[in-house]
Amino acid sequence: MEFLRFLLRRVLWSLLVLIGLSIVIFIIARAVPGDPARMALGPTATQEQVADLQQKLGLDRPIVEQYGLFIVGLAHGDLGRSLLTERPVNDDIRDTFAATLELVLATIFIAVLIGVPLGVVAAYWKDRWPDNVVRIVAIFSAVTPSFFLALLLQILAGYVLHILPTTGRLPPNFDFAPSHTGLVLIDALIAGRPDAFLEGLRYLLLPAIALAAATMGQMARITRSSMIDVSSQDYIEASRAFGVPEWIRVCKYMLRPSFVPPLTILGLEFASLIGNAFVVELVFAWPGMAAYGIRTILQKDLNAVMGVVMVSGVFFVLVNLVIDLLVGLVDPRVRIRGSRQ
Amino acid sequence: MSDDMVLRDDAPRLSSAYQSWYRFSRNPTAMIGLVIVTVCVLAALLAPWITPYPDHIGAVVNFRARHLPPSADYWFGTDNVGRDIFTRVIFGFRVSLLLAVVVLGTAIPIGTILGLTAGYFGGWVEIVIMRFTDIALAIPPLVMALAVAAVLSPDLVNSMLAIAALWWTWHTRLIYSITRQLRAREFVEAAETLGASKFHILFREILPNCVSAIAVKTSLDCGFVILVGASLSFLGLGIQPPTPDLGTMVASGSAFLPDYWWESVLPGCAILFIALGFNLLGDGLRDLYDVENVR
Repeated sequence: MEFLRFLLRRVLWSLLVLIGLSIVIFIIARAVPGDPARMALGPTATQEQVADLQQKLGLDRPIVEQYGLFIVGLAHGDLGRSLLTERPVNDDIRDTFAATLELVLATIFIAVLIGVPLGVVAAYWKDRWPDNVVRIVAIFSAVTPSFFLALLLQILAGYVLHILPTTGRLPPNFDFAPSHTGLVLIDALIAGRPDAFLEGLRYLLLPAIALAAATMGQMARITRSSMIDVSSQDYIEASRAFGVPEWIRVCKYMLRPSFVPPLTILGLEFASLIGNAFVVELVFAWPGMAAYGIRTILQKDLNAVMGVVMVSGVFFVLVNLVIDLLVGLVDPRVRIRGSRQ
Repeated sequence: MSDDMVLRDDAPRLSSAYQSWYRFSRNPTAMIGLVIVTVCVLAALLAPWITPYPDHIGAVVNFRARHLPPSADYWFGTDNVGRDIFTRVIFGFRVSLLLAVVVLGTAIPIGTILGLTAGYFGGWVEIVIMRFTDIALAIPPLVMALAVAAVLSPDLVNSMLAIAALWWTWHTRLIYSITRQLRAREFVEAAETLGASKFHILFREILPNCVSAIAVKTSLDCGFVILVGASLSFLGLGIQPPTPDLGTMVASGSAFLPDYWWESVLPGCAILFIALGFNLLGDGLRDLYDVENVR
């Protein structure tokens, strides 16, 4: 019951954050020095063309009314038209979002599945060589720019070893299109196409590793320090005295309570992860929302840019909600009392 | 009597400064970090005098020397118009460091003041500030910088403004959580009882206790701001050519992969090097000050 109330409160806050975010984005988009319509059309357009576009975009109305229109549009899931592709921004984002989602999910998967065990290993052998190795890996993964790691992986796997493809999502002219969920790997499984699954995986691997490295390092670091905190608790000593098998002690009694800080960090890190996705998608020519965002930004396509930023924000807020739910599942204090204090 | 007091008061402080330095200098990662940061800062400051081809920072073209691999003449090789990459990397440090200084110079005071205010006063002030922080946290800095670059024009100043406009959030959260813990401590209560002004309590009682956390965070942040800036210029939205910039060099060099690998890989390593320095330094400071929760 308390947990439901806790979740409800989080959902309400999230809505508030999203409203605030929409105001911020709207202000940025309207803070253009000069006229968005003029910018979109370029210096050669006539005054009439500019006025025409202004009316079409609603730029001739008062600013509050414009925001009202923007919010009403958002509420209906309507982000306006893209000047670049001349299609509704929704359609553009819907077509590109699945690719980004697949990349981000794979990234989180890699970051958690490698980062957390690395942290456990480092904590278990604290101050011995596994700890030092993990420390070095974590530091280097945190300070290597994603785009540079992406390039290095391309050189290594694509040019030197020739084992993995370096650009795109599926081979050109491959007779498979993700049609159910939009995620290649899952749709390939649904359609019963192991070859498409393997191809999709081969294309996904490099971008996901490039994007995952930074988060993975953070996961390892945080897991290590919270494992070490937990290991000094009395009940851990008690469980050792009772003769609880080592792996149960580490994986159940120590890892479970240590799992909350890495989860929380994962939520916060998610913002920079989306930011890096823009760079990684560009390097690997991944047909996602971030790559679309870059193209529209370079064309000063305001509606599309606002749409992409807004969807990134919603994505961030949703991921953090899911993480709160997971924290509740892991940490009974949240479930029962509705807070962690 | 009073002289005695001063002496007694000073003596342990001196030795504690020395103790800190001793502990710091015994920490290998911290020392490596300090050396890297010092080398980078000095190289950036002295760039016009220590680089072999200082004129190569402009639009110099020397087609006879283009795409040369690293050699004794050109340590990092030359780029596609024959400019010395080593010279341009050293000058590139200037842009990176300038970015870090401006962004953090703006973000830290704002973040600190907001964090102190929210943490100390509580109530609706806290709600307004921290909810606003939550909103700002939901926007990835890189995406914000991209959006601002789209709306304004892509250049260094706009990128710096955009990054600074979001970077304060981390400092606000950090200072807020420390202030919340300090608010109920005896020395704050004592100051309140003695009738000290709010200004005195915030800046003379609480702020000094946040300094070590701010120092650690600042050092770690320098590395991350440099990485975000490099990503921006890699996308072509940072400082515009021909001014040397590490991210831009990686981007333009990547067109010549894999044959002329040094044109993108070596500037990339330079970004890694400077970011590594700040990170190790921050880690070392964290161990020194024993502030666990600062990332």
